[in-house]
Amino acid sequence: MSDASLTETSAYELAQRIAKREITATETTRAFLDQIAAHDDTLHAFNETYSGAALAQAAAIDTALDRGEKLGTLAGVPIALKDNLCTVEGRTTCSSKMLQNFYSPYDATVVKRLKAAGAVFVGKTNLDEFAMGSSTENSAFGPTRNPWNTRCVPGGSSGGSAAAVAGRLCAAALGSDTGGSIRQPAALCGIVGLKPTYGLVSRYGLVAFASSLDQIGPMTRDVRDAALILNAIAGPDIKDSTSWPQTPPDYLMDIDKPPEKIRIGLPKEFFGDGLSPEVATAVHTAVDFFRRNGAEIVPVSLPHTRYGIAAYYVIAPAEASSNLARYDGVHYGHRTTQASDLFELYAASRAEGFGPEVQRRVMLGTYALSSGYYDAYYLRAQRVRQLIKDDFDRAFELCDVIISPTTPDAAFELGAKSNDPLAMYLCDVFTVTCNIAGIPGMSVPCGFSSSGLPIGMQMLGPVFSESTMLRLARLYELAHDWQKRRPMIASV
Amino acid sequence: MTQPAYKVLIGMEIHVQLATASKMFTGAANGFSENPNTQVDGVVLGLPGVLPVINRRAVEMAMMVGAALGCEIASQTKWDRKSYYYPDLPKNYQISQYDQPLCGAGAVELPLPNGEVKTIRIRRAHLEEDAGKLLHEAGQSVSMVDLNRAGTPLLEIVTEPDFSTPEEARLFGEELRQICRYLGVSQGIMQQGHMRFEPNINLHIFDDGKVYKTAITEVKNLNSFRSVERACEYEIQRQLTEFLNNRSAAMQAGKSTRGWDDDKGCTTLQRSKEEAHDYRYFPDPDLVPLHVDADWIGRIKAQIPELPMARLRRYLQMDLTRKEAAALLEDKAVADLFDAAINLKRLPKRIANLMLGAAAKTANALASERGETVLISDLGVGADQYAQLAGMIEDGTVSASAAVTVFESLCDGTGMAPMAVAEKLGLLQIRDASATQAWVDAALANHPQAIDDYRNNPKKRQASLGFLRGAVMKLSQGKADPKLVGELLEKALAKLG
Repeated sequence: MSDASLTETSAYELAQRIAKREITATETTRAFLDQIAAHDDTLHAFNETYSGAALAQAAAIDTALDRGEKLGTLAGVPIALKDNLCTVEGRTTCSSKMLQNFYSPYDATVVKRLKAAGAVFVGKTNLDEFAMGSSTENSAFGPTRNPWNTRCVPGGSSGGSAAAVAGRLCAAALGSDTGGSIRQPAALCGIVGLKPTYGLVSRYGLVAFASSLDQIGPMTRDVRDAALILNAIAGPDIKDSTSWPQTPPDYLMDIDKPPEKIRIGLPKEFFGDGLSPEVATAVHTAVDFFRRNGAEIVPVSLPHTRYGIAAYYVIAPAEASSNLARYDGVHYGHRTTQASDLFELYAASRAEGFGPEVQRRVMLGTYALSSGYYDAYYLRAQRVRQLIKDDFDRAFELCDVIISPTTPDAAFELGAKSNDPLAMYLCDVFTVTCNIAGIPGMSVPCGFSSSGLPIGMQMLGPVFSESTMLRLARLYELAHDWQKRRPMIASV
Repeated sequence: MTQPAYKVLIGMEIHVQLATASKMFTGAANGFSENPNTQVDGVVLGLPGVLPVINRRAVEMAMMVGAALGCEIASQTKWDRKSYYYPDLPKNYQISQYDQPLCGAGAVELPLPNGEVKTIRIRRAHLEEDAGKLLHEAGQSVSMVDLNRAGTPLLEIVTEPDFSTPEEARLFGEELRQICRYLGVSQGIMQQGHMRFEPNINLHIFDDGKVYKTAITEVKNLNSFRSVERACEYEIQRQLTEFLNNRSAAMQAGKSTRGWDDDKGCTTLQRSKEEAHDYRYFPDPDLVPLHVDADWIGRIKAQIPELPMARLRRYLQMDLTRKEAAALLEDKAVADLFDAAINLKRLPKRIANLMLGAAAKTANALASERGETVLISDLGVGADQYAQLAGMIEDGTVSASAAVTVFESLCDGTGMAPMAVAEKLGLLQIRDASATQAWVDAALANHPQAIDDYRNNPKKRQASLGFLRGAVMKLSQGKADPKLVGELLEKALAKLG
């Protein structure tokens, strides 16, 4: 098997073939490292790659297999980690100048679990600084480019992971999703991105952005790979009080068995103004596919969707202003040399260490929590949160899964929205309510625009309905070949 | 100028470090260490990505204190983030409780030295994490951060302004310390900062038919009972003087925070109202609200031992003096030993005398010899031994003075029965009438002057009787039964006419 065909193989198949000794972990890892060497100068998907460590890890796996040891479900599969997941290996920077030299003394729970499953880590991927953004342009280390069109953004904040998976720079990746940061870049890069139910995956070791919204999830080339990765990372963790205490099901078990008597809800609020006709057509075509395959299509309403962005941009910055307070130049992070007292040290270190978007959100959040404004902003946003949850509860009485576009449009060009924060925030209009309600959401490729950019459809389900969603998405992908298309990465 | 009448209002915030094995939100050891930054882990350091997990034992200890203070225990409680920037606070927010404290309103009885009991209302008690410490060394241009204390479970108890004197504030502090020690939630070692006090003080001054309320001052971080009393006294005088010197300025002042200088014996302004922090409280999204069901509260309440106040009442009913009772109650182990002994032999006065006499003396001697605290309960003398020895004194088997000798021997820790020790040492009282009569006769023969005084000088009658009794005891080498001696002596003197 040639190296190119290795990087075209799904994570699931790679794991199978490595376990069966048809291929080695080493040659697999080398194939992806070669891809990184060939394309990452263009894409800048990675902040740091672990070539040496990855090959050593792969060699150890091959040796263990030689000895006949039974290894984990991901033995030898090259995986990339978003650079806001703490790893003992290398730095954990959050793409911020603030943490550009931060070495975590511990591994995040998800990292430990992937390690236990035998995954080989190829590196840490770029993101919008502290996961705040929708284009990966807010990285202190420069933007990531979309493999389908390198003039375009990959989306964000998990843009590095999305570009790495789409560009075949790794077999799969982990992202984090606070308001769409897995699903939106997945849609823009033509891959599968799953944001699990809040609490399904431990957040321990994910550098917090907005604790009540953050979730880690798989970013993969196909649906079955998402199930494979989710199997490895989901489940209770005593280190995370918000993690769900029950053992999750095996998401791979019935992955090829379509769900029966499925009712699909179409929320009218997600198909209104501002939606690109090409995206609308692609999603409707996908819905028609499900109709033809026996699904009942029902109209649903999520009336408070329009307050989602407003509520999100109060809650998330409020939590962020507190979560990021520790980066003050005293305990962690960049420390200014221009200070004569403690207050100046704090102010200057933070002004120098944080980029403009992070500063904007820290200020927004600080304001929203201030005495006298708390009720008007934070408390009111929490009430909207409840209304949005109630919307979904009512909708899920009528349907099992909701289908919508993931994003209003396909990928945009670098710089197109950089000077208009509000336009950038609206990229998340279809994705934020999922985090606000704590339900699972997934983006699945469902077509291409006329200019050849990927389009994603979003599936939303009730809490802990990942199995159903994955099986439904798998049914769709087996009948389509979007995920098999491969971008030609043009150098810039 | 005559000084107007005024009323003092003092409330207190008391921080109690709970003596759990691990910290409030993580498994790092909770304890004192000489070596800076050794009692820490990632959560204490607030490393990027770490998450807090509630320490169940800390919640239970807080519930015990709350229940002991008569507080209502909340059925649902939550934790909030209190934000402020300071180098001893690794996350730049403290996990505390804002509007749903674990323990709500309560009341506790405070016994006053005059025998009266005052009710002190508790406003709330909430559970939070402590901060670290900054170490400033003289001559250094930098401060060092020690995070050993960071993350220690801290119970903050807030009283209503129910103390009318600095002494009451101090007494409450002392009682609270004793309650915590009885509950086993704190050793209450003040030097190690196990408890810290923040009294808030103001005056209601009655002048020209009006009531003037002075601005409340809060004195931060007092770590001794004496400083609580002194700081309150100082503040009362300061507020009064300011009022008398410049009434309008004093009445315009806002609430302020002051520090206590123990060497100079004065408070100094730290922060006025205008500089007050906006803590930006909001519910900590890393923690889930805690439900406390009636069952759990019931199990915790069942673990609460009889508290010092209740024991005091019980001891006073046994005819112990207030001083004796207080001495026994000082340490729970001593009070427990006393209770065990009186349950074996209902002789509270005799047992208290043994414990606070011979035993206390031995313990003090050992303490100064070893240079460490030695409690009465540390002497190796068990409740059964106290009970038996008290019984022997009561029924005249040994004299009170011989009992002291027996007790000292019991402290060897051999566990021997007091009766056997008394026998071995030949300290059993001789109650043989003829032997005693012989000593009486000999004493009378030796002291004709005393007999003369007894018979002819009414003023010296009692004294001479006592003298003769002592002489008899001396002849018997302390073994005669004082009661029998008294009887025989009086009989003999009566016979002499």
